[in-house]
Amino acid sequence: MIELETQLQNEQQVALENLQQLESPEALDAWKQTYLGKASLVMTTYGKMGTFSKEERPIIGRAVNAIKLALEAALSEKEVLVKRDALLKTMESERLDVTLPGFPVKRGRMHPVNLSLREIYRIFGDMGFQVYNSPEVETDDMNFTYLNIPPYHPARDMWDTFYTEKEGVVLRTHTSPGQIHAMREYFPNPVRVILPGACMRYEQQDQSHEIEFMQFELLVVDKGITFANLKGTMDDFTKRMFGAGAYTRLRPSHFPFTEPSAELDMSCIFCGGQGCGVCHGTGWIELGGCGMVHPYVLQNGGYDPEIYSGFAAGVGIDRTTLLRYQIDDIRYLRNNDIRFLEQF
Amino acid sequence: MKAPLSWILDYVDLQGLSLEEIGQTLTMIGLEVEEITLVGLEKPQAERLQNKYSGLPWPKDKFVVAEVLEVRQHPNADKLTLCQLNDGTAEIIVLTGAPNLYPYVGKGRLEKPIKVAYVREGAQLYDGHQPGQVLTKLKKATIRGIDSSSMIASEKELGISEEHEGVIFLDDDAPVGMPLADYMGDAVFEVAILPNMARDASVLGIARELSAALGRPLRMPEGLEIRIGGEIEQKVGLQIREPELNPRFMLGLVEQVKAVPSPYWVRRRLALAGMRPIDALVDATNYTMLETGEPLHAFDYDLLCKRAGGKPTIITRRAEDGETLTTLDGANYKLTTETELVSDTKGPLSLAGVMGGEESGISHRTNSVLLEAASWNFINIRKTTSRYRITSEASYRFSRDVHPALAELALSLCLRRMQDWAEGSALEDVIDHYPLKREDTQNTLTESDMERLLGLRIPIEEAKSILERLGFTCELQDGVLSAVTPSNRTDIESGFVGKSNLIEEISRIYGYDRIPTTRLSGELPPQLGDRRVGFEETVRDTLVSIGLQDTLAYRLTSVQREARILPGAPAENGLEYVRIANPISPERTVMRRSGLATMFELIERNDRNVDGLSFFEIGPVFFPVEGQQLPDEPHRLTIGLWGKKRETGWSAEKPGEYGFFDLKGILEALFQGLHHESIVFDPSREIPTFHPGKSARLMAGEIEIGVMGEVHPLVRQNYDFMENPVLAAELYLDQMMALVDKGFKVNSISSFPAMVEDIALIVDDDIPARRVEELIWRAGGKLLKNVALFDLFRGEKIGAGKKSLAYQLTYQAFDRTLSVADAAAIRKKIVKTLAYEIGAVLRDS
Repeated sequence: MIELETQLQNEQQVALENLQQLESPEALDAWKQTYLGKASLVMTTYGKMGTFSKEERPIIGRAVNAIKLALEAALSEKEVLVKRDALLKTMESERLDVTLPGFPVKRGRMHPVNLSLREIYRIFGDMGFQVYNSPEVETDDMNFTYLNIPPYHPARDMWDTFYTEKEGVVLRTHTSPGQIHAMREYFPNPVRVILPGACMRYEQQDQSHEIEFMQFELLVVDKGITFANLKGTMDDFTKRMFGAGAYTRLRPSHFPFTEPSAELDMSCIFCGGQGCGVCHGTGWIELGGCGMVHPYVLQNGGYDPEIYSGFAAGVGIDRTTLLRYQIDDIRYLRNNDIRFLEQF
Repeated sequence: MKAPLSWILDYVDLQGLSLEEIGQTLTMIGLEVEEITLVGLEKPQAERLQNKYSGLPWPKDKFVVAEVLEVRQHPNADKLTLCQLNDGTAEIIVLTGAPNLYPYVGKGRLEKPIKVAYVREGAQLYDGHQPGQVLTKLKKATIRGIDSSSMIASEKELGISEEHEGVIFLDDDAPVGMPLADYMGDAVFEVAILPNMARDASVLGIARELSAALGRPLRMPEGLEIRIGGEIEQKVGLQIREPELNPRFMLGLVEQVKAVPSPYWVRRRLALAGMRPIDALVDATNYTMLETGEPLHAFDYDLLCKRAGGKPTIITRRAEDGETLTTLDGANYKLTTETELVSDTKGPLSLAGVMGGEESGISHRTNSVLLEAASWNFINIRKTTSRYRITSEASYRFSRDVHPALAELALSLCLRRMQDWAEGSALEDVIDHYPLKREDTQNTLTESDMERLLGLRIPIEEAKSILERLGFTCELQDGVLSAVTPSNRTDIESGFVGKSNLIEEISRIYGYDRIPTTRLSGELPPQLGDRRVGFEETVRDTLVSIGLQDTLAYRLTSVQREARILPGAPAENGLEYVRIANPISPERTVMRRSGLATMFELIERNDRNVDGLSFFEIGPVFFPVEGQQLPDEPHRLTIGLWGKKRETGWSAEKPGEYGFFDLKGILEALFQGLHHESIVFDPSREIPTFHPGKSARLMAGEIEIGVMGEVHPLVRQNYDFMENPVLAAELYLDQMMALVDKGFKVNSISSFPAMVEDIALIVDDDIPARRVEELIWRAGGKLLKNVALFDLFRGEKIGAGKKSLAYQLTYQAFDRTLSVADAAAIRKKIVKTLAYEIGAVLRDS
C-alpha cells in the first residue's frame, strides 16, 4: 500500500515533468491518454479500489483524487498556453502588407462654391441674417432704376449688362435688386438679410472674369444702423471666413445705391499684408463693395430715410472661393472638370 | 485719368511727400491710384509699397541735358549723323540716326545749339526698335567704323511716349549738364475716376482733392481776362435752339495763329497724359480739357465765313431726320432728331459734345480759330454715343455731366494758350449764351446728422473745414452747417439726399479708418426664412452622402445646344426662350430650359479623364410665360451617371457599370432621405431624350416630379460620349418641395424576433414587378414588415414568357413571437392572392 502511494506520487511527478515539454495539441492528447486515460495508473487505481481494505480505501482514494485533480488542472493550464501559441503562429501567417492601398470607395463632394456659400450662411446666420432669394432674370427697374441708377446714368457703365429681347427685362448684374424685394416684404419691420445668387455680366471671359458668377449681398435696415456697424460686420465676417489674422479697411468709392460708399479691402491672406504676387504687392485684396443704403433706395423699399438707415454690402462668392483655396482661374468653377472637383 | 506729377504741382504744393504718400492719399479719398508710372523719378525706398509701380527711372549720372553743337554726316552711312555734343563736362561725338537731326547736316557750328536728352553708357532704357517697352542696356558698339557708347534719346527710349521718329528737342532754356530727372523727371498717376467724380477727370480736379485731403492751398491757373459781348458780335452770331440740351455756349476768337509745335513741356505733359501732341492749336484745346475737365472745340473761322458767305452764325439744334455729318475721324453718320448738333446756316458742323466735323475743323492752314466752350445735357450725350457707338475724350467727360461754369474758365485759359503757344492774337471779347442757368445746391448739416449715419460725431468745425477745402461755401450758425455746392461739381443733390452726399464728402476726406468699428445690436426682424434653401441643402447633402459629385452650371446656353437632347439634334426645338438681345457669343444666346442639356455637356467634357462619373446639379431653368413680364424660374435637380461605379482598385471584386437600376436606386435613396413616400416610377415611352424601354416619369399621385432613364441611342449620337450607357434624371424641385409636409413619424421597434422566409413566384413576363410587390403587401397584412426582391430569373426552366421573382419576406408582431403556423398562414394568403390576381405560381413547390 505504501508502495502504491509512492507509485502514484512518482506518476504525478513524471506526468507533470512530461507536460512541461509538450507544445502541440496532439501531444497534449497523447499525454492525457497516458496519464488520465483508461490504462493510466490513476484510472486503473480507481478500478482496483474494491481490492483495498476498508482502512486503505479512504487514504488511497484521497491520494488518487488529489493526483487526478492536479493533473487535470495542469493540463487545462497547459492547454490555454498551447492554444495561444498556436493562435500566434496562425496570426503570423495571416500578416498583411498594410502598405497596400485600400479598396476605393466613392465619395460624394460639394462644389467648392457651394461649400463657401454654406460657410457664408453659417457665419451670417450666427449674426442673425436670414437668407432671401430673388429672381435672376429681372426688370430693368429692379436691377437699376429703383437702385438709383436711372436710364443713361453714367453709373450704368459700371455694369456690362445682358439685355433680353423683352423690353425692360435684363439678366441681373448683381444681387442688389433683392434689396428692394426684401425691403418691400419686410416693411415696416427691421431687415437683416443675406441675398445670395448668380449674376450675369457681359464680359470677356478670362482667368479672373466670368459672364456668370455668384455673389451675396447683405442688407440691414433699421433705426440707428451706422457706418460703424458696417465696418464691424464686415470685419467679423472676414475674420471668420479667412482667419483671425485677416483685417479689413474700407476705402471710399461710389455705388449709386449707397452713400457713403466704400470698397472693402482685406489684408492679403497670402503674405500677411507684406505684398506678394496675389495682392500685386499692395498687401490688400479687394473683397467687394459696400456702404450706407442710399436714401432713394430706402424710399423705394418703403422706408423713410430720415428715420431709418441701413447698410448694404456685396461680395463675390466665386472670388471668396478662389481666395479660400488659392485657385488661380475662375473658369475652373463652372467648367466642372472632375480633376478639379475631386480635389475638394 | 493719367495725371503727371509735374502738372499736379502747378496747382498744389506737395513738398515733403513721396510718390507713395501721394498715391495712398489719393486712393484713400476715393481716387484709386491703379498704377504709378515712373518717367524719370526714382521708385520710393520703403519696406512696404502699397502702390503698384512701373516705368523707367533716369539715374542722374547717366541721363543729362546736353546740347548739340554741330551735326555732320557719318562717313560710311547715308542715314547716320555724327553730333558734336556738349554734356556740360566735355564735348563728345555722338552717333545718331535721328531723322530730325538730319536737316542740320553741313550747317557747320550751329548758331543756336539744340537741347537734347543725352544718355551715357551703361544706362538702362527702352529699346527704340522693339514694339512696346523692352528694357535694354546701353553698351559700346562700333557702327560702320565709328565707336558709339552713348546716345541722344527719343521719347520712346525714355518712356515718355511711343514716339521714336526722332530725338527729343528740349526747350531752349534747358540747362546743359543738369540731370535729366531734375529737369523733367516725372511720374504719372493712373487714377480710376468714379462715375460721380466727373470733375476729377482733370488734373485740376485731382489737385483739388489733394489740396482738400492735405489741407494745402489750391492755386488756380490764370487765363485771358475776358469780357462778354463787344467786338466779337460783329464777327460771329449764336443761336441756342434747345436750352435743355445745350444750357450754355461760349465762343472766343483767336486771329493770326500759326500751327507751330507747342513748347516741349506741353508736348511732354500731353504725351504723359496719354494724348498725342499735334500742334499748338490742337494741343491748347486738349491741354485745357485735361487741365479743367471741360472739353473744347476749335473751328477754322475762315472756313465758316466761306460757308456762310460772310459773318457766320453758329446754331445749336437737334438734327433733322436724315441729315448727315462726316466727323473728323472720317466716319459718316446719318442723324436723327434725337441728336444735338452744332451747325451753321449751311448745315451740321459737329456732333455736339462728342466729335467735330471733318470739314470745319482746324488744320495747319488755319489762320483764325473760333473756339467753342459749351455745356451739354449728359443724358443726351450718352444717347448719342450709344446710338452711334462713338466715344471721345469729350464725350467721356460730357456724358458724366460737366458743370456749365467750367466753360468760362476753360475758354479763358485756352484763349490765352493759343495766344502764347500759337503766336495768335486772342480777342478779349467773347460770346456767352447761358439760357439755362445751373443753380448750385445748398444743404444743411448737424453733428447729429453725421452721427446718425456714421456712428461718429465729427466736430462740425472740422466738417466745415473739409467742405471749404473742397470748394463749398460754408456758414456755421448754432451748430447748423450750411454749405453751397461749388460750381465745379454736379453730384451734390439737395434735401435729405444732399445731406447724405455731404456726409460722404466729409467722411471720405476725414478718413473712413477713423470711424469706429462696432457690432450690430437691436431687434431682430421677423423670421420669414426661405424654405427652398433648407430643402435644397437637404437634397444636396443626401446626394453627396451617397457618393455623387455636386456641380455648378451656366445659365446661358443656345437653342442648338439644348436641341441636342432630342434625337437628330434639330436646329430648333420649338420652345419659347428668354433670349438675349446682346449675346456675347453664339454659344450663349438664351437662358437654359433644361438641366439635361447641361448635364450631357458635363459628361461629354469629362468622360475622357476618368472611368466613371456621377454628377448632380441644382439650379434654375427659365420659362417665359405668356402675359408675364418675367419668366418663371423653377429649380431643377439633374443627375447624370456614366461608366464605372467606382475606381477599380486591386480588389478581386471589380466595380460594375452604371445602369438603369443604379439611377433608380439613387433616386429611391433620395426620396427616402426626403421622406417622400410613394413616388411611382411610371414606365414612359414618350420622353424623347430617353430610351423608350428604359425610362420613367416620376409621379407623386397625379403630379409629375421628374423624368429619368437611359439616354436614347439617337441622342447619344449627338454627343461625343465614350462607350457605356449614360443615365440621367431631371427632377422638379419645387414640386418635390411641395410634397414634404412638416415632418415624419418614426415607427416603434418590436422586441419580439422577426421571422424571415423566401418565396419565389413565377408570373407572366409582362406583369410589372411593382404590381407583384403591391399584391404581396396587400395580402401580407399588418404582420408583414418587409418585402425585398433578391432574384429575378428568366429561362427555359420556367418556360417562355415567364419570369421568376424571388422575395425575402419579413414577418413580425409587436405582442408575441410568431409561430411557424402564423408564417404559413400569411404565406398561404399571399400565394393565394397572387395566384388569383395575376396567375402567379409558387416556384419549386
